Amino acid sequence: MKGWPFRVYAVLLLAFLYGPILLLPIFAFNDGAIIAFPLSGFSTRWFEALWETDALWQAARNSLLIAAFTAVLATLLGVFAARSGSMAGFRGKGLMLGFVMLPLVLPEIVIAVALLVVIRQALGLDLANWTVVLAHTVITVPFSIAILNGAFASLDPSLEEAAMDLGESRWGAFRLVTLPLVAPGIVSSLLISFIISLDDFVIAQFLTGANPTLPVYIYGLTRFVDALPLIMAMGTILVTLSITLLVIAEWFRRRGLARAGVASTGGFL
Amino acid sequence: MRLRGQSEGARAAVLALPPFLYAVLLLAVPLVAIVAISFMTQDGLVIDPTPSLANYREALTSPIYIWGNATRWGTLPVSLYVAAMVTLVTVVLAFPMAYFISFYVAPSRKSLWLFLITIPFWTSYLVRIFLWKVVLGFNGVINTALMGLGLIREPLEALLYNLSSVIVALSHSYVVFAILPIYVALEKIDRSLLEASQDLGETAFATFLRVTLPLAMPGVVGAVLIIFIPVIGDYVTPELMLGAGGRLMSNLIQAQFLGLNNWPLGSALAIVTMIVVGVIALLFLLLMRRWLRARG
Amino acid sequence: MTATPRVAARAAPPRAGAPLIELSGIEKWFGDYHALRGIDLTIRQGEFFSLLGPSGCGKTTLLRTIAGFEAVSKGRMLIDGKDMAGVPANERPTNMVFQSYAIFPHLTVAENVGFGLRREASSREEKARRVDDALAMVGLGGYGGRAAHALSGGQRQRVALARALILRPKVLLLDEPLSALDKKMRETMQIELIRLQRTVGITFILVTHDQEEALVMSDRIAVMFEGSIGQMDDPETLYRRPKSRKVAEFIGKMNFIPAEVTLAGGRIEVDVQGLGRGLVEPDQAPAGAVAGRTVVGIRPETLGILFPGETTDRRLAPGVVDEVVYYGDMTYYDVRVDGIEAPLTISNKNFIGEPVLDVGTRTQVIWDERSLVVLPA
Repeated sequence: MKGWPFRVYAVLLLAFLYGPILLLPIFAFNDGAIIAFPLSGFSTRWFEALWETDALWQAARNSLLIAAFTAVLATLLGVFAARSGSMAGFRGKGLMLGFVMLPLVLPEIVIAVALLVVIRQALGLDLANWTVVLAHTVITVPFSIAILNGAFASLDPSLEEAAMDLGESRWGAFRLVTLPLVAPGIVSSLLISFIISLDDFVIAQFLTGANPTLPVYIYGLTRFVDALPLIMAMGTILVTLSITLLVIAEWFRRRGLARAGVASTGGFL
Repeated sequence: MRLRGQSEGARAAVLALPPFLYAVLLLAVPLVAIVAISFMTQDGLVIDPTPSLANYREALTSPIYIWGNATRWGTLPVSLYVAAMVTLVTVVLAFPMAYFISFYVAPSRKSLWLFLITIPFWTSYLVRIFLWKVVLGFNGVINTALMGLGLIREPLEALLYNLSSVIVALSHSYVVFAILPIYVALEKIDRSLLEASQDLGETAFATFLRVTLPLAMPGVVGAVLIIFIPVIGDYVTPELMLGAGGRLMSNLIQAQFLGLNNWPLGSALAIVTMIVVGVIALLFLLLMRRWLRARG
Repeated sequence: MTATPRVAARAAPPRAGAPLIELSGIEKWFGDYHALRGIDLTIRQGEFFSLLGPSGCGKTTLLRTIAGFEAVSKGRMLIDGKDMAGVPANERPTNMVFQSYAIFPHLTVAENVGFGLRREASSREEKARRVDDALAMVGLGGYGGRAAHALSGGQRQRVALARALILRPKVLLLDEPLSALDKKMRETMQIELIRLQRTVGITFILVTHDQEEALVMSDRIAVMFEGSIGQMDDPETLYRRPKSRKVAEFIGKMNFIPAEVTLAGGRIEVDVQGLGRGLVEPDQAPAGAVAGRTVVGIRPETLGILFPGETTDRRLAPGVVDEVVYYGDMTYYDVRVDGIEAPLTISNKNFIGEPVLDVGTRTQVIWDERSLVVLPA
């Protein structure tokens, strides 16, 4: 087989990447309270314990709410940016759209403290869920744009013109022709933004108010030694959820490309 | 040639406004704000707005941050070292993987591989770091497994609570960010260039050095920037990996904000760190450009 | 050059309907780029009109301003007597077939064709009937239920045509509709388009860079260079009486020979380098005859070779065969005629008994002063 040393390497690297994660279900279903080998036997008691914890449900509900709002806001802004990107140039276009992508090369802590200073110090407002939503949107918009750029770029620009030529207004052409064709990209963007928001810890730690998000709650648990298996169980659930959403996002992305008749060779980035 | 009138450009500009204004309000303005606050001082709960360089003096002269003393290094050099090592390790690990997917995987399967390597990135960051603690710890997975297999008698202490463990954990998190830009750059290389090089008598390895590697450099540069800069700001991994003993710049900054309540000093520290990192990144870019130009 | 199907309909009398589109002084700038420079033209009702020219000459830009996708910088445009200033594309009585066909991939063929009917008040049955009729008209009857993205190039073009024509526009605009098709498909579609235009009876404006295509299909052609119209005439006039060297070169092949023009008592005398003196009729100087040095053009098919054993009472010019290209039905000879710098290209139909001459053979070129075209210097 051609390039077999590379193949071996690739598999090893994948093993390195997935290794730690595979431990999650192993210890989540492990009866023992200590995270170490040898294993103690199968048990679902950690999951049951999670089910009982109210604080966990609160944090989860919080996280889901914030993630949902973030996903919508980031995708909306992403649609604007990607659509603008696919149109004619204007002075400052590269700068404007490039600036929006800046969070990709900034440390999250810088964004988090900067927003903290503005919200608390400059504006004197309390931290709350909406402060987290705003911050999460800032860091997810670049991903949304990356995904939607692909969706918009694969469109034939004549399609909207054809729709207008046949009598539709500009908005009608967008609604009836462009939107259905970029819809898979929009779904992808919603899901990816949702996952990023759900998983984010740094910004949440700085900007949540009285209600912690799920990662913040988990972080609090790490202080307590007997809570470790709970974290394993929690992690298992989150990983499963994330992977499911990712698979759905990828399926939509591929379907979108297939609809426009384009073969895909790369990921969304 | 597709000519488009000014009106489409104008409409494009209007559409770009919402995301741009959002970024200005929620990114540019806050960044200006921390620059502003870094010139103030805080004593207890009260912030004194009179402009002062006290924070910068503290940041630039204190042995904690840059200069160190007889027994330990300054935190900033250590942090830069960690970030540089992580960048090096991730790029070295990523390149063969990116090369594999670009050159040895059938086109129909490429996105599958990319998808596979991206999945770990999307799982809870916090849980992942915590898992490294579990893997590397004194009673952790590696030690108990090795002891169980009879390969060692005493648990290895050197696996956790040192810089190496930080580097391993961070590399694990960030290697995906290295694979993707390098992959994109490799994909863009015109395969016929490589065939031409071999046709002109170069061995496969020489072709790689003289043609593939230089052309992949923009991808490597992108990878370095996406890794080096954000890693400097990562405080969660060092906190969990180093335990009570060690601190990196990111931890010190975080402490000023969430524990010690000296936001002006924290901002000054963040700005100093970002400037140093920015200068290093720029130097790197310039060196790369010079190197690429010298090769023609 | 292969034999392009000559359509019998070409022999039909030229149509002279009322003016439908009137452009006066049309100018268009894209920033600093002067794309259209003072376009004046009138297109009549029922015409098959072509805008012909090389890439970048402005023909597509002009089409798009008629369609309403680009605003003109200066000038006036009337369609059916109404001023189109400020009228957006979706309100104009025009419809366009795009170069990429722009078929909506997420809709079926029927949904594509019926797209423009959405805003109309008629019943669903009525609309469905019209869609069926439109599909039948372009030869795609029964294709309504198919997914649009699964069609071949030629089928997509027909869908694009049906989709545009169903709205009964006053003008159908076609932006290089055949360039994406392979040769055979192109020839078929050329005839299809002519037939369609005759059936529907509306004005067609076609943009193309292929001069053969324009010659075959059009009632009139406007040849454009760099934003201006070089010449506007019916195909035969353009071919036989080009007004400039540029037009002559662009349409078909042409030999150019230096000549001296003398005007004497209402007669035009030309002294052609290497060929000799002759008299030409005024209509052989479509751009007007001016005394002095200039260039004459002569088409390859109007020149002949005097084969060994043949005689003629036509005028002859001696020369040497420089190059021979054999096509089967035709042979192209490049002959260096004594006294003329550049070789003359002669296209010769291969008759039985005529040999194919070798390079280097000494021969005689047959020419006729009636096929000369006097061009501006």
